[in-house]
Amino acid sequence: MLSDRRPILLTNARILDPSRDLDFPGDLLIADGVVRDARRGIGAAGVPEGTEVIDCRGRVVAPGLIDMRAFVGEPGAEHRETLASASQAAAAGGVTTIVMRPDTTPPIDNPAMVDFVLRRARDTAIVHVHPMAALTKDLKGAEMTEIGLLKAAGAVAFTDGNRSVTNAQVMRRALSYAKDFDALIVHHTEDPDLVGEGVMNEGEFAARLGLTGVPRAAETVMLERDVRLAALAGARYHAASLTCAESLDVLRRAKDAGAPVTAACSINHITLNEVDVGSYRTFYKTAPPLRAESDRVALVTALADGLIDIVMSDHDPQDVETKRLPFAEAAPGAIGIETMLAAGLRLVHNGEITLPNLLRAMSTRPAELLELPGGTLRPGGVADVIVIDLDVPWVLDPNELKSKCKNTPFDEARLQGRVIRTIVAGRTAYEYV
Amino acid sequence: MGLPGHASALIASALMNIAQTPAFVLHRRHLLGIEGLSRDEIVGLLDRAEEFVDLNRQIDKKQSTLRGRTQINLFFEVSTRTQSSFEIAGKRLGADVMNMSVGSSSMRKGETLIDTAITLNAMHPDILVVRHHASGAVELLAHKVDCSVINAGDGSHEHPTQALLDALTIRRNKGQIERLTVTICGDIAHSRVARSNIMLLNTLGARVRVVAPSTLLPPGIERMGVEVFRDMREGLRDADIVMTLRLQRERMSGSFVPSSQEYFHYFGLDEKKLAYAKPDALVMHPGPMNRGVEIDSLVADGAQSLIREQVEMGVAVRMAALEALSQNLPNA
Repeated sequence: MLSDRRPILLTNARILDPSRDLDFPGDLLIADGVVRDARRGIGAAGVPEGTEVIDCRGRVVAPGLIDMRAFVGEPGAEHRETLASASQAAAAGGVTTIVMRPDTTPPIDNPAMVDFVLRRARDTAIVHVHPMAALTKDLKGAEMTEIGLLKAAGAVAFTDGNRSVTNAQVMRRALSYAKDFDALIVHHTEDPDLVGEGVMNEGEFAARLGLTGVPRAAETVMLERDVRLAALAGARYHAASLTCAESLDVLRRAKDAGAPVTAACSINHITLNEVDVGSYRTFYKTAPPLRAESDRVALVTALADGLIDIVMSDHDPQDVETKRLPFAEAAPGAIGIETMLAAGLRLVHNGEITLPNLLRAMSTRPAELLELPGGTLRPGGVADVIVIDLDVPWVLDPNELKSKCKNTPFDEARLQGRVIRTIVAGRTAYEYV
Repeated sequence: MGLPGHASALIASALMNIAQTPAFVLHRRHLLGIEGLSRDEIVGLLDRAEEFVDLNRQIDKKQSTLRGRTQINLFFEVSTRTQSSFEIAGKRLGADVMNMSVGSSSMRKGETLIDTAITLNAMHPDILVVRHHASGAVELLAHKVDCSVINAGDGSHEHPTQALLDALTIRRNKGQIERLTVTICGDIAHSRVARSNIMLLNTLGARVRVVAPSTLLPPGIERMGVEVFRDMREGLRDADIVMTLRLQRERMSGSFVPSSQEYFHYFGLDEKKLAYAKPDALVMHPGPMNRGVEIDSLVADGAQSLIREQVEMGVAVRMAALEALSQNLPNA
């Protein structure tokens, strides 16, 4: 239940605002859905009458997370996830904004669909939801969608979801056209022909399991093509989910050359590797696949350096019907919106990345890239705020997950740290008890 | 009837010998692969299979170890020799054997693998022998049933009884496996026989080589304890054993190799290429063969060929495996 909209004062917290490189002990005052003030000693100076004062001693107050890539089954696959269930899961994971994939059934490839999703989210979701629109009509990779009208209707980016546009001419024209509207193109970089029958990372483990591998070249070939086309068109291009060290070289070269290119990686690819597949565990089947440990380490380093801009959940609910199958026949995908932060905190606790850098990649950077409110604690900004306990130990019980599907790779994982409270536009949307 | 007296006595004593030998016990519920089997377990199965070879050459081959037990051969992929080999093995041990193949099962009607497992499980089989076209499928099924499961081949993953019968064949002809050089040629990428053999032969101390065009070698294979060759002459040099693998028809025409003609030219085992191996090298093939594609008829039917003996060993090895698992069944 949403609480009422009285002012909230978070006191004695570690205020962490990656958008302004601030990290200090202090208070944060929220009123009328916006951040009013963030500094030391607000509480002592007196607050508006009726303010809910919450002691956040020992806890972190940070901008709400913006998950740049999540599959929500609405419309068409409501048995997997609805906007309502996805938003409940999001709130429980500290995600205050969901950016959803357009490869629904039917796909979000016309302004009426954008409008439908926005209305439906307004009525049923407890966090902000923004759809990405399809880049090509019916996700077929042949004709571009109405990029201008879709953007005007509220689409925040353009992508064919987990499909790659294989026709380079189509991609080039879409990028050129998108530039005129300053639209962001988000692309799944997996050459489907090179993926072929592949179901897991190519290499020793696939060889041992008798599974067909997905070569790293499936990603690098597509990414290399894309960054050159993006540079040619001068359009904003974002690689949706990078997984391997070789891709980082391509990305670095493009960025160094000044191309308007950004990239994300999923929480799965920075916290898990191919060995987790073990003996055909389908919850670890993802597309693109989990790679080697050396790739994971390279991704985390790139994330810490800022070469990788964004970490997203790649939330993809799959039920037993699509997962309880032989590995090659099971659907790829893992839920993650609810565990993204907790899983990421593993890296923080292991000293692989700093907390501000992790939170920047999960909030400030996506807000900048998608031109969304949020991702900041700047006074006057929307009050999408989370309270994090960095240390609370817990064991993930899939039955307690809010998502409709339970295909989590962190099933029964020991985790340290979690979201304690999620505030969306000044209202508490989730509270951990 | 009609046997000379001394022959009957010989048989009787042979039977008594077999009856007196204690069964080898595998202290595990399933036989899902060679991976994870210890050297002792493999040798134990081979030793026991050796005794069944003798039994199988007798007139009265019937045993009662599996009397009252139900064995279901569940084949999601067509098979002649493996299925009949398991059927004969089970029957010789006294089990009631039932064959179920996909053509006549409800899998065709959309029933999932798991549902099939649960349905069969309700019929209280003691041993399921399963073949499936997907790697890992047999293990998945094994998690859902209460009986023992033997993997009769899962996708490109494992085919443990084939590797055991190959090892038995080699041991009987060479006296040992340790320090032999075994060259496996052909479609390594899609072969469960290759994977099981690589693991078993390594466990028993052989030197294993693989030879194939790069398109038929899975990347990472060199990390499985094999020497990798792309040229038959180099790969066969001084080999003691040459195993050729079947090349599936759909892989011959341009997708993995340009044509069966070109494949035979470079990788087909003919007498010329076999001459690079040791003079006493022996030739094996898991069958069924594509004559003139991966193996020349002269070699397949030649003096160095063990191909027919492999089939005989198959029954013995499967009897050993069935018996070894049955010792763990409830009320055994």
